[in-house]
Amino acid sequence: MSVVWTDMVKEIAGIKLHISRAGRGQTVLVLHHDIGTVDRLPFYDALAEYFDVLIPHHPGWGKSERPQWTRHPRDIAAIYAWLLADLGVSNVSLVGLGFGGWIAAEMSSLSPEAYRKLVLVGAMGIKPPEGDIADQAIVSYIDYPRSGFHDQAAFAAIYGDVTTDQLEAWDIAREMCFRNAWKPYMYSQTLPHLLGGVRSPALIIWGDDDRIVPLSAGHAYARALRDATLTTVPDCGHFAEMEKPDAVAKLTADFLSRS
Amino acid sequence: MHMMYFTEQPMSAYDAQAGLDFGATALNFSNSYYNPVEGSRLYNEYLEEYILAEQCGADGIMLNEHHNAPFCMQARTNMFASILAAVTKRVKIVILGNPLPLTENPVQLAEELAMIDMISKGRLVSGFVRGGGQEQLANGVNPAFNRERFMEAHDLIQKTWTQPGPFRWEGTHYQQRVVNPWALPLQKPYPRVWIPGVLSKETVIWTAQQRYPYIALNTSIEATKTIHETYDKAALEVGYTAGPENFGYLIRVHVQDTEEKAMENARQFMWMQGEFTGLANPVWANPAGYFSPSGRRAFVEFSTGRAKNPRGNPTFEQQVADTMIVAGTPSQVIERLKYLVEHTRPGIMGIWANDGNVSKQDRRRCIQLLCGEVMPAIKEFGATLGLKDPWEANAPVHLRYSNDLAGQKVAAE
Repeated sequence: MSVVWTDMVKEIAGIKLHISRAGRGQTVLVLHHDIGTVDRLPFYDALAEYFDVLIPHHPGWGKSERPQWTRHPRDIAAIYAWLLADLGVSNVSLVGLGFGGWIAAEMSSLSPEAYRKLVLVGAMGIKPPEGDIADQAIVSYIDYPRSGFHDQAAFAAIYGDVTTDQLEAWDIAREMCFRNAWKPYMYSQTLPHLLGGVRSPALIIWGDDDRIVPLSAGHAYARALRDATLTTVPDCGHFAEMEKPDAVAKLTADFLSRS
Repeated sequence: MHMMYFTEQPMSAYDAQAGLDFGATALNFSNSYYNPVEGSRLYNEYLEEYILAEQCGADGIMLNEHHNAPFCMQARTNMFASILAAVTKRVKIVILGNPLPLTENPVQLAEELAMIDMISKGRLVSGFVRGGGQEQLANGVNPAFNRERFMEAHDLIQKTWTQPGPFRWEGTHYQQRVVNPWALPLQKPYPRVWIPGVLSKETVIWTAQQRYPYIALNTSIEATKTIHETYDKAALEVGYTAGPENFGYLIRVHVQDTEEKAMENARQFMWMQGEFTGLANPVWANPAGYFSPSGRRAFVEFSTGRAKNPRGNPTFEQQVADTMIVAGTPSQVIERLKYLVEHTRPGIMGIWANDGNVSKQDRRRCIQLLCGEVMPAIKEFGATLGLKDPWEANAPVHLRYSNDLAGQKVAAE
């Protein structure tokens, strides 16, 4: 079944937000990585077969307008809560990928009962008890995304020879990461203390070869949340939904479909 | 004309091969290659050489700072400025400059500079810079807010120096509840501010809008002319006509008694040749958000090896031919510098004289010839061209202290 995506623009907090939408059923908000997202991915299509899928470009990333004022992923979390209210959707599930996982966790901590379920894939946002979140500031625009794949063939399948447009988009994405999460880099010192109230059942998915966010952060999430299960995907890096779309989509869809 | 002596203060006593093997000589090139015994020796030698430069006739000593790199030993430019304030008597102490975005407390910086100005009895020139990309990373400072922090820190320092405290500062990047430092500059309204730079058009325009002199750092004659055009246009827009007192030029020069020896030592300018200075990793030198958005596309292509460095990487011979490096006997150097001065018309000139591995004896001889013979000849030549420095031209310290602006004249009539 081919999935039909519709793009739309919503003005939230004074900025024009780009959103792709497809599918029917319960609403799932998918929040992309620090490096932004390509428009279409097999993982997105797979989810849209079962759910009403919303994929915004984070404010300042991709086709969304840059806000000059955001300073923290919590600001982006508030923007998305506002977006969901404007769209009139409720009982939404959140799927957060990497940096997007941090935003999803912030949204949940601010509204512990608002979201149906929570899926975090290689989520940033918590200081890993062991190891550090990889610093993209000191590696090249190509090396950083590459380091998030266990198998470089999977990187090539998505990005090919990497266009200059893509390099430029990664530079902008990197700048937005700095504007929102420079220090401490890619985590919050307060978030772990605020996750305990979250009622939503959570599935935590981690590539077993995630060289960007150490698996110890996944365990920390599992401990901080009330009802969380951690599962790892074999032979898989940080960008798990791009590297192993079938496996991550199945885990996600099964978890979200359960009542 | 103001003529000042400059050296990067190279930490030349390290294993240069290790840097070449690592592929970069900045930021992440390990400080395990740093030798504090040699560092101590070099700091003291450089200090003695500044004193020699004053004795031999230099008008000023130009200082700067860099971090995590062997090409420059000054990690805090105010340290050497403080020492020179005490041990020299006449020279201007020209800091080019303090990297404003690196500070979390511009008021303390204003305080330190005021102390240097008072201790030196009013000899401070307080330049400000954005700092290179690597400096942001070495200090944990967000490169994405570099320019905003530069401008806001400048405005706060300027206010601290000129408006009686206490006052409160609630800015975007700086919030200070009580600004009231008990140290103020001796020079009024405040010490002269000069802004050095390499290529950023935004900085040239901002500098012209403040009416601060812009010091072009070893740019080509063509690039220097473009900088002047940009500055001139921005100056006219705010109501004044820029002159030589608004421009400075830093050039690499090495002088010895024989051409052969001068050339041999001048090759040391290539010691750290790379992205302006030092063997650089482009991503460290220009972290995301630091660069002008207009240069983003060209930069990502360069940084991933798809395009050549827009600044090029010319050979020593090419740089000598292009007058980017000048070397020879005093008479040879004077001749080349006259050509350069005629074509760039600066009121301020910085001579970057000793870099890399030049022996102590040769460094001292270079300073003697440079400050004793070359500088006086160029100053005399500059005078015939009408090249005045900011003091000779009695230029206002900042646009706001001008009494010759286009609009003002109309109002007076």
